[in-house]
Amino acid sequence: MAFKINLKPKFWDYRDVAAGPYRNLFSLRRIWYLSVFLTAGAALAPVFFLAAIDYQVTQKAIESENMLRLSRLVSNARRTLSFFLVERQSAMEFLSRDNSFESLSKPSRLFDILRNLKTSFGGFTDLGLIDESGRQITYIGPYDLDSADYSDQKWFEEVKAQGSYTSDVFLGFRRSPHMVLAVYCDMGGDRGFVLRATIETEDIHQKLLQVETGSVSDLFIVNHDGVLQTDSRSYGGILERLSVPVPERADSTRILERRGEGGETLYVGYAYIDETPFILMAVKNKSEMMRPWLKARRQITTYLLGSIAIILMVVLAVATYLVSRIHAADQRRVATLHQVEYTNKLASIGRLAAGVAHEINNPLAIINEKAGLIMDLLRPQPEAALRTRLIEQTEVISASVKRCATITRRLLGFARRMDVSVESVNLREVIESVLSFLRNEAQYRSINIDIQIDPEIPDFDSDRGKLQQVFLNLINNAFAALEDGGNVTFKADLISENSIRVSVIDDGCGIAPEDLKRVFEPFFSTRTKQGGTGLGLSITYGLVQEIGGSIDVTSRVGEGTRFDIILPLKPETMK
Amino acid sequence: MKHVRVLLVDDEEDLVVTLAERLAIRGFDADWAVTADSALELLRGKTYDVAVLDVKLPGISGLELKNHMAEIDSGLNFIFMTGHGSQEDFMAGSAAAGESNYLWKPVDIDALAQKIKRMANRDN
Repeated sequence: MAFKINLKPKFWDYRDVAAGPYRNLFSLRRIWYLSVFLTAGAALAPVFFLAAIDYQVTQKAIESENMLRLSRLVSNARRTLSFFLVERQSAMEFLSRDNSFESLSKPSRLFDILRNLKTSFGGFTDLGLIDESGRQITYIGPYDLDSADYSDQKWFEEVKAQGSYTSDVFLGFRRSPHMVLAVYCDMGGDRGFVLRATIETEDIHQKLLQVETGSVSDLFIVNHDGVLQTDSRSYGGILERLSVPVPERADSTRILERRGEGGETLYVGYAYIDETPFILMAVKNKSEMMRPWLKARRQITTYLLGSIAIILMVVLAVATYLVSRIHAADQRRVATLHQVEYTNKLASIGRLAAGVAHEINNPLAIINEKAGLIMDLLRPQPEAALRTRLIEQTEVISASVKRCATITRRLLGFARRMDVSVESVNLREVIESVLSFLRNEAQYRSINIDIQIDPEIPDFDSDRGKLQQVFLNLINNAFAALEDGGNVTFKADLISENSIRVSVIDDGCGIAPEDLKRVFEPFFSTRTKQGGTGLGLSITYGLVQEIGGSIDVTSRVGEGTRFDIILPLKPETMK
Repeated sequence: MKHVRVLLVDDEEDLVVTLAERLAIRGFDADWAVTADSALELLRGKTYDVAVLDVKLPGISGLELKNHMAEIDSGLNFIFMTGHGSQEDFMAGSAAAGESNYLWKPVDIDALAQKIKRMANRDN
């Protein structure tokens, strides 16, 4: 809470009292809100906009890059697989053409060929020569397939019709996965033979594993019926049936988006391998693929939050600074207005007093002369009780008139125009003229006023009116601080050739240390309830500066207050 | 002894009448006027030793009136009275009218009488 109060700017609760019923229009808090919201809005909107665009673009870019990568992976794997099969097929085609039926039918020759194939390509398990009618002529391999008859088998018809044949994968010798490759060699005139080889597909699996797949992808082969031709990480082992539908035929590599069994989104890339029953499939988890996106998203979010924080901080600081300046300017304006008003008020009172004094002087003169005439007429009269009594009364009238005359003269002397410039001033006379207005109050309250003026102080050039105001303000201040029966001392010393110090010292209640540094601030008052405006000392401060002096205050609570005014004896330093 | 002839000019009739009477009691030949015109009228018909003028008269200042009167009678002496202004105005006026010929209202009758006498005697 204390932290909050410390952060609250001075203008927060400020209301321009001078604005009267329109004060709400001048609420600085509203100005602050307005500037903060408008500036922050204008600054943040483009940031949000750009961040949103960046978010979308980056997401799209990473997504399409992932697709591309998956597609490339599938294409590479497809090429590898195709190459594997085509290579072997071509080798067999070459052998069938390079060797005559007769030489191939020799087991020793076929054995050599199988050995060479194993050495050169690997993966070949057996090799068989089948004649036109489907009967196996020669067989080299682990199975007992000599003289086997394939004439009624579908693949045999196919190889004769198409020239080559690739079988599905099956678990063959030693329960390891195998497939059959067969090529047909047409010798012309309805004569031909078929060269048939069994190939271990473990090699295919190894080749696929060599393709860079990334840690989480699943790369496998299925046939057109959806039976797995290699092990799959997610769909089971070899020869199991794929739990998802076989993707539709396509000439090129394609990417599909599928939902996985756990509800996760999967990207499935696939390619049909020409002239084989195989479909190459790669499956990747979308969330894993989009992992780089998460990083980018975190960067965008961090950047956005950082920008918002900086913008808000700057906007708040700038708005607070500017509104504080407005507040300070407004306070100066109000203070100046009040000072002008105050000076005008004093001037008006002065003019009024002068007018009244003048108006009173003429009737006073008449009373004086009439009383004088009565005296003149009574004096020659014979001695009588009535005459004596009348003379006594008339003397009282004359004395009273004299007193009135003194008062009006003082009033006129005090209330001269406020803009009178520099003139020769007698310090004692100025102080006396000020005190003459307060003697009555001082008597009522038994306040003792002591004047100690260094006789060395000469008459000096200054602004008499301003000096009077300064002393009047200070003595009023002292009177307000004093208990009845207190003491006020005016003390003036020559402190250098060119300056004097006038001190107004009271033994009143004093000023608390925390208030002391603020006493010359406009509108600072501890007596607002007693009608204090908080302007007296601030105006005094201004006036002392105007006549080239300086003012200082020292005080102790319970012991009293001392104002020291340093005044120049020469008017050059006056402003 | 010849009476000293005094002309009092002030727009306050009560004041000027009473002053004239009090001066008469003290042996002066005192006449009075409440306007500048009637004062000049009186001056044309009679010679005075001293004129006592209010500084401010309706339509004309005491100093202006003094100039008009001096045209008629160059030997006339002047004393001014004022109920207006301050100590400073008083000093400024005194400077214009001549040292100590400037009195503050209400005037002290004995001081006035003495001043008039001194002026008249100086001429004689």
